[in-house]
Amino acid sequence: MTDMALSAPAPRKRRSNWQLLMANRLAAAGLFIFGFIVVLAVLAPALPLPNPDITDQPNRLLPPFADGHLLGTDHLGRDILSRLIWGTQVSLIVGVSATALAAIFGSLIGLVAGYARGATDSVLMRFVDMLMAFPYILLAIAIVAALGPGLLNALYAIAIVNIPFFARNIRGVTVSIRNREFVDAARLSGKSHPAILFTEVLPNVLPVIVITMSTTVGWMILETAGLSFLGLGAQPPTSDLGSMLGQARAQLFTAPHASIIPGIMIFVLVMSINLLGDGIRDVLDPRLRSGALDRPMPVTKIDRKTKPANEIEDAPALVVENLSTGFDDGRSIAPAVRDISFRLRKGECLGLIGESGSGKSVTALSLMGLVASPPGVITAGGVYIEGREVLGLPEHALIALRGARVAYVFQDPLTTLHPLFRVGEQIAEAILVHESVGRTHANRRAVELMETVGIRDAGSRANAYPHELSGGQRQRIGIAMALANDPDIIIADEPTTALDVTVQAKILELLHDLRRQRGLALLLITHDFGVVAQVCDRVAVMKDGEIVEQGETSKVLRNPQHDYTKRLIACVPELGEGQAFLDRVRPLFEGAGA
Amino acid sequence: MTDNAVEIRDLVKTYGGGRSLFGRKAGEIHAAKGISLDVKRGETLGIVGESGSGKSTLARILVGLEAPTSGTMQIDGKPWEELAAAGSRAFGRTIQYVFQDPVASLNPRKTIGDILDVPLRLLCGYDAGKRASRKKELVDAVQMPLDTLERFPHEFSGGQAQRIAIARALAAEARILVLDEPVSALDVSVQAQVLLLLQSLRDELDLSYLFISHDLAVVESISDRVAVMYLGEVVELNHAAKLFAAPQHDYTRALIASAPRLDTSGMA
Repeated sequence: MTDMALSAPAPRKRRSNWQLLMANRLAAAGLFIFGFIVVLAVLAPALPLPNPDITDQPNRLLPPFADGHLLGTDHLGRDILSRLIWGTQVSLIVGVSATALAAIFGSLIGLVAGYARGATDSVLMRFVDMLMAFPYILLAIAIVAALGPGLLNALYAIAIVNIPFFARNIRGVTVSIRNREFVDAARLSGKSHPAILFTEVLPNVLPVIVITMSTTVGWMILETAGLSFLGLGAQPPTSDLGSMLGQARAQLFTAPHASIIPGIMIFVLVMSINLLGDGIRDVLDPRLRSGALDRPMPVTKIDRKTKPANEIEDAPALVVENLSTGFDDGRSIAPAVRDISFRLRKGECLGLIGESGSGKSVTALSLMGLVASPPGVITAGGVYIEGREVLGLPEHALIALRGARVAYVFQDPLTTLHPLFRVGEQIAEAILVHESVGRTHANRRAVELMETVGIRDAGSRANAYPHELSGGQRQRIGIAMALANDPDIIIADEPTTALDVTVQAKILELLHDLRRQRGLALLLITHDFGVVAQVCDRVAVMKDGEIVEQGETSKVLRNPQHDYTKRLIACVPELGEGQAFLDRVRPLFEGAGA
Repeated sequence: MTDNAVEIRDLVKTYGGGRSLFGRKAGEIHAAKGISLDVKRGETLGIVGESGSGKSTLARILVGLEAPTSGTMQIDGKPWEELAAAGSRAFGRTIQYVFQDPVASLNPRKTIGDILDVPLRLLCGYDAGKRASRKKELVDAVQMPLDTLERFPHEFSGGQAQRIAIARALAAEARILVLDEPVSALDVSVQAQVLLLLQSLRDELDLSYLFISHDLAVVESISDRVAVMYLGEVVELNHAAKLFAAPQHDYTRALIASAPRLDTSGMA
């Protein structure tokens, strides 16, 4: 029992959300500033502040640090500090309540529209479109004008104009979750549609709602201030950051502090909320957390203790010596592949086989320094192309080798081809990156290459977009792109896994022929022993990041030496074997605990 | 009442074809063109075919996730329309579905215990005590440790997740299981283990399987009879051994010829 060990895997050590948030300095600063402002606003009734609404005409427009008035007084002689703190309280309450209202109704509309689809979706989303058809602040002003000025009406107006923002966001997420298999599974478990919507879909949408809320609160506070500034929100004598600003603008030149102070407060408040909101989004979005959206460095970080020899004598096309690559999780480097060594001659095909997680793809990507960094680090070993060590080369030299001497073919060309460019252009682009030939020349070469990889009617197919081609044709385009600059070595990472067997057979044949005709060295990464048996001269078996066995394909298949290889080969059902297969493998898994 | 678990007659499913706003006729896709099949009780019927052959459409119609354009079906002796009228619970009690991607078919924000609880509560109507004991039995039946129940789906490997998905399908106590590429996403050694598990569950619980896969050798290893689908039609149906030994249809022959084999030299 290897994969199926009786105990589930130990939970991975992950930093908690709180630790992650604190690690983001800007977000932490935002949190502390925002927290301080909230505490101040909440404590307003308990603080020893003068009444914010009592006017004192003789002491009007006192500058800051005046006696008894730390921040001075406004045009009616009211204490600015007191009005500021009370005003912040009002702004916060209005902003947060408006966000909550917009989130509840907007999310509800988005969830129902995204889940129900069809007519319900159309009706709800056209209603949302109608709201969006009016300029934002104009709509809010119109609503307040209709309801009459006042804080509560301003709150409703702001909530309503923000509903589209939530509805559209949440609908998009809901549509993608609705199509996930666990929703179908819940239906087959007997759940009704409302139950699925609120117990299966909602928990998965919730992080998006929280993220959207955290990024909109600041905006809503700003809008409340805007409406109050125009005199449509808080009515005198209630203080509110926007109305303070509005009332003080008449004295902007004689007593600038009366308008600057609430202005600074709005700035600090909104800024701290936005910083905090960004931090919360980073923590809750798993893709951001894993660093997947970080821009990786152009070449994998290389941190080798000992530098291997720069050149080796009479080496074949590709030599890999003691290559080790790991992933840096912040504290230590977890090794992904260890001590990989193999050689690949011109015109030869080496199969790299192993189960998921065995490090096949990391090995392939390490060869040209393509493992995303962070977190990838190459910790030891060397890669020699025609005898020259390449990982030690300067960055631009290594990048120039990619595609020119060593080309990759990936598993699913639908994800590696750009959906918005015609396939001919994409092949031509691969040529133009390395050679400065004209566009027309490159286009002609692209069509030739498409013919080489067996695409019929290549001239017209060059104008097709990737989605207009079948899976097999797309993979042929992927191979054509790899061939664009006459590379010596092609690294094919599961090139046929996404294809049907009949198409797979043709693609493997194509790779085989190209290798013959062009003397290519082919490194074929696969999990399928059948594929290895068909095209590879030699095979290397990987397990847990190490090569456990290496040799000629027919020898390894017929007489595997390592226990792991034996097991792997035994587990492949043979066509024509029928139910005898299960009887044959049963002893392998008995007595191991299951 | 026949001794067939599933009877399908002349099943047709067409996508699209509606008229757009301006009266233009949209293109039609024929996913199933008159399929007729029987699954006998206690039998495993394998269905092989390439992408776009209509395998998954057939499966999704059978479990009530989609409606057929025409044709009749009897599932466990009950007409499909009757089950559809009674709602998703009626389907869930009669026939269950195991998805291709086990991890995607488990809600990432629920524990395995919560996931298994739903069919036991809604389909079987058990009380809390009975549910707790059934959950333990189920986890045990698919050879997983008891603490599985408190864990979340992402803590399991693909093979373990597929065992859990099978446990959920068993929880409904339906006698018919539709398995849609249940081992395609798994590594070979795990695949063999899951196949063994499916075989022993079928024999113990007297289940009937409709086993869908694109992998001929896998289908052959578990099926009694095999149907070959091509562009929405069943082109050949025969006992597994006979079908692979003496394929009748050209497409079946092409499929068998394309399958990668280990013995390149013919002497392995």
